[in-house]
Amino acid sequence: MIEKALKGSPRYFGALLAFLALMGIGGGFYLIQLNNGLMITGLSRDVSWGFYIAQFTYMVGVAASAVMLVLPYYFHHYKAYSKMIIMGEFLAIAAVIMCLGFIVIDIGQPQRMLNVLINSTPRSVLFWDMVVLNGYLVLNVVIGWTSLMAYWKRVTPPAWVKPLVYLSIIWAFSIHTVTAFLYAGLPGRHFWLTAILAARFLSSAFCSGPSILLLMTLLVGKLTKFDPGKEAVKTLSTTITYAMCVNVFFFFLELFTAFYSNMPGHMAPIEFLFNGFQGSTYMTPFMWTASFLAIGSLILLIPPRWRENRDMLVPALIMLVIGTWLDKGMGLIAAGFTPNPFERVTEYLPTGPEMMIALMIYATGGFVLTVLWKIALEVRAEVEGSV
Amino acid sequence: MKSSRRDFLKIAGVSALGLSAGTLGFLGEGAQAADALPTAQDFAKPSNAKQWGMVIDTAKLDDATMKKCIDACHATHNVPKIEGKQEIKWLWTDDFHATFPTEFPTYLSDDLHHRKFLLLCNHCANPACVRVCPTKATFKNNEGLVIMDYHRCIGCRYCMAGCPYGARSFNFRDPEKFIANMNPLYPHRTRGVVEKCTFCVEKLAQGKLPLCVEASGGAMVFGDLEDPKSPVRQILKDKYAVRRNPAAGTEPSVFYIL
Repeated sequence: MIEKALKGSPRYFGALLAFLALMGIGGGFYLIQLNNGLMITGLSRDVSWGFYIAQFTYMVGVAASAVMLVLPYYFHHYKAYSKMIIMGEFLAIAAVIMCLGFIVIDIGQPQRMLNVLINSTPRSVLFWDMVVLNGYLVLNVVIGWTSLMAYWKRVTPPAWVKPLVYLSIIWAFSIHTVTAFLYAGLPGRHFWLTAILAARFLSSAFCSGPSILLLMTLLVGKLTKFDPGKEAVKTLSTTITYAMCVNVFFFFLELFTAFYSNMPGHMAPIEFLFNGFQGSTYMTPFMWTASFLAIGSLILLIPPRWRENRDMLVPALIMLVIGTWLDKGMGLIAAGFTPNPFERVTEYLPTGPEMMIALMIYATGGFVLTVLWKIALEVRAEVEGSV
Repeated sequence: MKSSRRDFLKIAGVSALGLSAGTLGFLGEGAQAADALPTAQDFAKPSNAKQWGMVIDTAKLDDATMKKCIDACHATHNVPKIEGKQEIKWLWTDDFHATFPTEFPTYLSDDLHHRKFLLLCNHCANPACVRVCPTKATFKNNEGLVIMDYHRCIGCRYCMAGCPYGARSFNFRDPEKFIANMNPLYPHRTRGVVEKCTFCVEKLAQGKLPLCVEASGGAMVFGDLEDPKSPVRQILKDKYAVRRNPAAGTEPSVFYIL
């Protein structure tokens, strides 16, 4: 099956080359980071995690969101997703690979990363995050590849895949829950110290991940003969709408708890995000943009007639993706560290090299995804063509 | 693992005894350092405790004394002097608001408003940094010290997110160039690892007090918090002392008399 990735149009190889080029450029910056240390980032003593960890968190959500297809398809036998399901599983693979990449570029001594295995420490959530992410990667590779292989050979998938699929459903929830626990268990970080953080992570994942999948599927539909099916698009956009409503609702729950209780520690990071704290307002433009995009996307998504119109759906999904990305990819980490334990603000914005290194990981994900989707699409075309 | 540090220091001391007879070229400035190298005898009477702790009588500390404490600590431990937000510090000063932000001092006395406070790792009895470390590079030894194995640290900085006191620094760059006078008796760190105050574990192993305590002219008192007869417990029996952000549940071992 892998040979399907080795033959293709100039456009396919052009895309791969473009991803390789971006990986190369980003890789150059990563070499600079390896030689000089994380000094080339905007990180500081006070804001010690930043863009890399934020992208990691966002991508865990994208990976977990495959369950929004897997669950209806395998558990409720919802056949409309039969064409999309493999795309979702392969997107999850690419997303987990990006997650692992973002962790590797973030750590100060990457050559020692196996210490997490050698000196396994079950009391550390980071240990469990490593376990669940790698487990999820293996699950999706095995399930995705085996199902596609069976489909290609026109046989039913082996029986042992079923229990793995059910396991992967629970596992998908676990990866984002454990990732939320990385943050939610820290005594001094009020913005993260909330029981609803895992629920917020999951709701934001279940709208943003399927939106990315749907947008890319529609793009692939334009470029190739692939058609996910009207029914699939309709159902998935409904799922996205519900998840986004829940996501926004959960955020309002945070606002209520912080501001009705009037507890300074809980209010300060939210004030910092939306109004500035001690005169530092650098994060407010991002957060207000995120808010308007979130509300705007809901206005376009909630009425069924607008949602079912592709010309409305596509901009709504793009707004949703950017909005949730700003929320999780910019605001979440900065607000956890601001104000710092001394009740002060140290500003953090990613530097150019930092963003280029992150781009290297995104390009890696793009490369993996292009190859995997190419295989899936070729197999589908071949099987359908032979009928 | 817990007692290996002292065993190691003992062995190191014995080896140093043998080596000090010869030249110590590998240490660079070995000729001067040879005299100062601790010997096995130095480790014969270590100080012991169940939970080391510190009481700082903040009114007794003036700027000059605090600077002396900081300089003694930073010079001995090869703490690099880096300006800006990627700085590294083990012991430093700040005002009341930064030291005790959870007190929300609205009407603070002028005296406290202008007073500076020494800040350092609290060597918590229930440290969040130890809980989150994925490699046990940060660990609590059997004397209650929160210390680090710099060779095991992967630089994930989870401990920095976990510490509610901002006690930890990360080596964003190679620190070597930022150490004015390298002390060959204490290892300097590499880039990509976290570091912080150790309550001078290497001094305690020799039965000595932490450097800052020695430099403080009596304003800082050190001892075993679990021993009612220890100097720290004697002071705490007489005077009311506060800890930084006790609501974080980490049980800090550094007490401040205001």
